[in-house]
Amino acid sequence: MNKPAPVYSCLILVLWLLFIGNLMYGAVSIPVDSVFNILLGKEPERLSWQNIVLQTRIPQAVTALLSGASLAVSGLLLQTLFQNPLAGPSILGISDGANLGVAVVMLYLGGAVGYLSDLPVSGYPAIIVAAFIGSCAVLGLILYFSSKVRSNVMLLIIGIMIGYLASSVISILNFYATADRVRSFVMWGLGNFSGVSLSLLPFFSLCTLTGLFLAILLIKPLNALLLGEVYAANLGIKVKRTRALILLCTGLLTATTTAFCGPISFIGLAVPHIARLLLGSSNHKMLLPVTLLTGACVALLCNMLMVLPGTNTLLPLNAVTPIIGAPVVIYVIINRKNIQYFN
Amino acid sequence: MKLQPAIETTGLSIGYPLKKGAKKVVHEGLDLQLISGAVTCLLGLNGAGKSTLLRTLCGFQPPLKGEIRLLGKPLKNYSQTTFSLTVGVVLTEKTSAGGITVYDLVSLGRHPYTGFFGQLKPHDRAVIEEALQAAGIAHKAQQYVGELSDGERQKVMIAKALAQECPIILLDEPTAFLDVTSRIETMILLRKLAKEQGKTILLSTHDMESAIQMGDYLWLLEKEKPMACGTPEDLILSGQFESYFKKEGILFDSSTGKLSARRPGIPVGIEGDFLTAYWVGNALVRNGFKPSPVRKEYIHIDCRGREHLVITYPTGSTLEVPSVEALLTLLNTTDPLCPTP
Repeated sequence: MNKPAPVYSCLILVLWLLFIGNLMYGAVSIPVDSVFNILLGKEPERLSWQNIVLQTRIPQAVTALLSGASLAVSGLLLQTLFQNPLAGPSILGISDGANLGVAVVMLYLGGAVGYLSDLPVSGYPAIIVAAFIGSCAVLGLILYFSSKVRSNVMLLIIGIMIGYLASSVISILNFYATADRVRSFVMWGLGNFSGVSLSLLPFFSLCTLTGLFLAILLIKPLNALLLGEVYAANLGIKVKRTRALILLCTGLLTATTTAFCGPISFIGLAVPHIARLLLGSSNHKMLLPVTLLTGACVALLCNMLMVLPGTNTLLPLNAVTPIIGAPVVIYVIINRKNIQYFN
Repeated sequence: MKLQPAIETTGLSIGYPLKKGAKKVVHEGLDLQLISGAVTCLLGLNGAGKSTLLRTLCGFQPPLKGEIRLLGKPLKNYSQTTFSLTVGVVLTEKTSAGGITVYDLVSLGRHPYTGFFGQLKPHDRAVIEEALQAAGIAHKAQQYVGELSDGERQKVMIAKALAQECPIILLDEPTAFLDVTSRIETMILLRKLAKEQGKTILLSTHDMESAIQMGDYLWLLEKEKPMACGTPEDLILSGQFESYFKKEGILFDSSTGKLSARRPGIPVGIEGDFLTAYWVGNALVRNGFKPSPVRKEYIHIDCRGREHLVITYPTGSTLEVPSVEALLTLLNTTDPLCPTP
């Protein structure tokens, strides 16, 4: 039954451990006590270590934490809104829209991350703006169709179609772009949490925290939506407005994370299911916070798994997330009857 | 005594707006009165517009023409919130609430009353308890909705509507997917709510027998016909019931309140023990006979007990058979008017 307290405390504990783990463990090996000394503000043995911990690992861990939470929460919102266990931020075409925006900047205009950039548009700001424009354009389209189409399943299909359209434009852009540009776009597309520098971190945090806060405000209507839109309307929920707010919230969260970290697969889709399994309930009062925490934990874990032990090689993030995500999704599909969250 | 109707419509047209101002009218000129504190059953064949009418009364679909008054006040004066305090609905909508507990689901009925985060106050909890009790589902309060049978789920949805504390409850085919027992249970529950709590209940159904048995009033909806309203008995006795459900090859039998495949033919008198007589009548109807009062001119069956069925022929000769099966074999293999005893 509903025993949220132990789940909460366990998750918060795990979150702390993983966060500290993220600071301790990375591509460059730094002794644990040195990391502690650096964190406590003591004189470091090597200046480079201090730079790595403070300039790279802390922003990266915070980014992973917030991105994981954002993607997981967007996944949950979409799954509830569309009454579909396999909905996720990428399904609606929102992340494809962000992708397209980034593709236009990277492939067509030639802006890119750091050293790979072959000019004329300067790196990150352009990419972020493009991702926002792309995802907001798709979001606008989805909002427009959501007023035309009553059925959420149809809307989901429209989202998938928009995603295909975006992918096809990206393919065309890829075809005509130079090899260098294609390479930098592919690198971005592999995903990683290191894209947010310390100076960009406040902006990134502001965007994601705003989205997460908005999601928490939506808990009550989300619960009513479990009964479907007609029931929700009869319970006094303003369905159109709620739907718009959910899409807006998802758009903000997905656009921000995609712009900074690349299109990260599976976290948005799989984490809400992990959270349901942990909690044993789909009551959003508990499920939303648990999803948020689980998302943060999973992203931090993935960030650690990216580092191959004993080497200083980094695996792409999108090679790691399916390792956790895919089995969960398969489990959910196979055990749908037993789990019964969606009937 | 004239009761104040809970819902009243005048000149109501229901249907869908099509493109370019065109309208698809499903039914028009409806002047209805939903009587307070009673169970009203809305009967009609598929496509007659039952769901459209319910959706219109629920405010999910605007009326094409005419006016709807809820508790004396025009529907359009209701805000979504005040409406949610007045009418509770139970629908056939697919829900994805399998993963929450019965208690959580019923507590959703308190949504119009609770604050921004939906926190339940002691009063809300008391109302939820009461709703669970009244719907007879309190023992399952901590189970998941996904673990319940269809009948139990229907009770939970009714409990949700009760927790909403609305004077009017509208139900769209609440008995559609239920087995016989759950169907009757649900109908009894609805009757109890109308009688004990004074709820006004309107439900659409295909289950004519329970509607005749349990409904205080019936609304008969049929395409291009004015709606017939009244007590089941009045509608049957006036022949309206028959005219609404008459179709090629299907007949409504006023003496049994059932639809049958063809008109009952040869009259057969039945008398005796009520229960046995009732079921003998049932068997006779199925086999094309017409149960009638006892007359000399035709065959009659004296039901003295389960194993004592005495057939008396117009000639005066009698024959006793030990079971309904034997009776049917006899009637089917011999010409009942010219017996060969």
